[in-house]
Amino acid sequence: MKRDPIYGMMAEFDSATALVEAARKTHHAGYKKIDAYSPFPIEGLAEEIGFHHDEVPLVVLIGGLVGGISGYLMQYWMSAVDYPLNIGGKPPHSWPAFIVITFEMTILFAGISAVLGMLALNGLPMPYHPVFNVSRFSSATKDRFFLIVFSSDQKYNAADTRKFLEGLEPRSISEVPS
Amino acid sequence: MPEPLKNVAVERTPVIQPGYTFGTVTEKISAIVLTRPASNGWFVGFGIAFLLTMMMLFAISYLFVKGIGIWGVTIPIGWGFAIVNFVWWIGIGHAGTLISAILLLLRQSWRNSINRFAEAMTLFAVACAGIFPAIHVGRPWLAYWLFPYPNTMRVWPQFRSPLMWDVFAVSTYATISALFWFVGLIPDLATLRDRTEKHWLKIIYGMLSFGWRGSARHWHRYETMYLLLAGLATPLVLSVHTVVSFDFAIGIVPGWHTTIFPPYFVAGAIYSGFAMVLMLAIPIRKIYGLEDFITSRHLQNSAKVMLATGLIVAYGYGIEAFMGWYSGDRYDAFTIWNRLHGPYAPWYLSLLTCNILIPQVLWIRKLRSSPLALFCISGVILVGMWLERFIIVVVSLHRDFLNSSWGMYYPTRWDWMTFIGTIGMFLAAMFLFLRLLPAISIFEMRTLLPEAEVKEA
Repeated sequence: MKRDPIYGMMAEFDSATALVEAARKTHHAGYKKIDAYSPFPIEGLAEEIGFHHDEVPLVVLIGGLVGGISGYLMQYWMSAVDYPLNIGGKPPHSWPAFIVITFEMTILFAGISAVLGMLALNGLPMPYHPVFNVSRFSSATKDRFFLIVFSSDQKYNAADTRKFLEGLEPRSISEVPS
Repeated sequence: MPEPLKNVAVERTPVIQPGYTFGTVTEKISAIVLTRPASNGWFVGFGIAFLLTMMMLFAISYLFVKGIGIWGVTIPIGWGFAIVNFVWWIGIGHAGTLISAILLLLRQSWRNSINRFAEAMTLFAVACAGIFPAIHVGRPWLAYWLFPYPNTMRVWPQFRSPLMWDVFAVSTYATISALFWFVGLIPDLATLRDRTEKHWLKIIYGMLSFGWRGSARHWHRYETMYLLLAGLATPLVLSVHTVVSFDFAIGIVPGWHTTIFPPYFVAGAIYSGFAMVLMLAIPIRKIYGLEDFITSRHLQNSAKVMLATGLIVAYGYGIEAFMGWYSGDRYDAFTIWNRLHGPYAPWYLSLLTCNILIPQVLWIRKLRSSPLALFCISGVILVGMWLERFIIVVVSLHRDFLNSSWGMYYPTRWDWMTFIGTIGMFLAAMFLFLRLLPAISIFEMRTLLPEAEVKEA
């Protein structure tokens, strides 16, 4: 497959309010493959660009269950099956004593899967990305807000999209080479 | 007609002084790392801390050569400085997690300017704590036997022992604290990547930031993850000192075998942790000119947390004394009597002075808002909390059921060198952290600015 030389069209905004407004209008105008960039999390922005399914909680739930169950079974198997040892007359399967480690393993696995799950779903680490080709984009981690329409969008057309973005009164517009 | 309510909120010191923008907040915090030259004071401070770290390494090396006999631990006091310091350090770490996780869940936005270095403090304190049990086991090169791994001896650890619970609790705590701290840094590392002029620094920060670009989808998952991690860290931090207290409470030694231990240990941990936060925050904000971000509101709030947890600790002491009498157990009663009149009575009385008596001055608003006074009171509390662990470990062990097995504990110079050395290691790590990473969370500070609010059209 031939790679599109243009990755998308990017507009720069001054404030969070302007970005949310622009994202809403762009999405309503029928552009589906868009993204927004901001120097801090903005509540509701992801919904405006059509992002509704966050799988992180599911990953964490699965991680926690795996951690808890394997933690308990590990202790059960080691203390009651593989190497039963009489400690102070306690039964080999003394479940109340196993709760603490079961709990800790639940937290450990859930926490690790939260971080790794977030990174994996976000496709990180990704040291190179086409948006970094725009020199103004370095302000996206400081005080500027960006909106991009990807060239893979069905409605994308260099001239029309530029014209549409200009209508949103951005600070600047740049074409993003891929 | 009801009296019109006075707007108290307006009179409070703000969390961040007015007049800042996204740009100036970013520049001010990242400049400490990127452009500000290291001062002579920094080199002197780091040099002293580094020398103390070397002293610790020397003491530990000598321990490995000679064995535990160079310490003051003997029977009946088999748990000397090593366990006292372990409990003290791990308790200090708790404030960092409380600030970053529990206050996040409680929507206390003032935490945003102190959570980063408080988390770093947690990490370094846990690292200091972790040294002690490892070198205390007698044959430290076999410390990995604590973990359940398939081995040629075909045995497994003993999971009914609170010491095993402790291994899991502390290692989970260290892992989750490190993760929490690092993911919190990712967006700020991206900021440093985009701010620095040096090419090699750009590459390093770029790699460390995982190529973070601030996409709305990424932020959404990030926020979900951060909130869930906070939700997981909250019960975790409460469990860690609870499990540490089980090391004592599950035993039958008088003075240890009590149900008040878990809550009173957790409160004591937060008490000493906030004292350490203040002892770090007060000089840092002064030296790096961060008074606009770490305002007197932060100091006052921390002081109030210390006051509250200090009173819980006082309640714990009260219940211990009450149960010594009410239980009718002559050994419990003797432990209390021995604390007040035995050979360690001066230590116990200093503990009561440092932890209960002196901190009551925090009721006075004037002292709560004076950085110098808070710094001194925090120092007193840290000493007091160290004494508390000393009393719990040593005084309970030195006179137990049989007076034929009574004894005294005398720490040696090696005990002191190791303990003071860990303080040096903690400070050395803190000095490096301040120069290499943003000490205040930049992206969370941006959310506190009025311009971060999205106005509906």
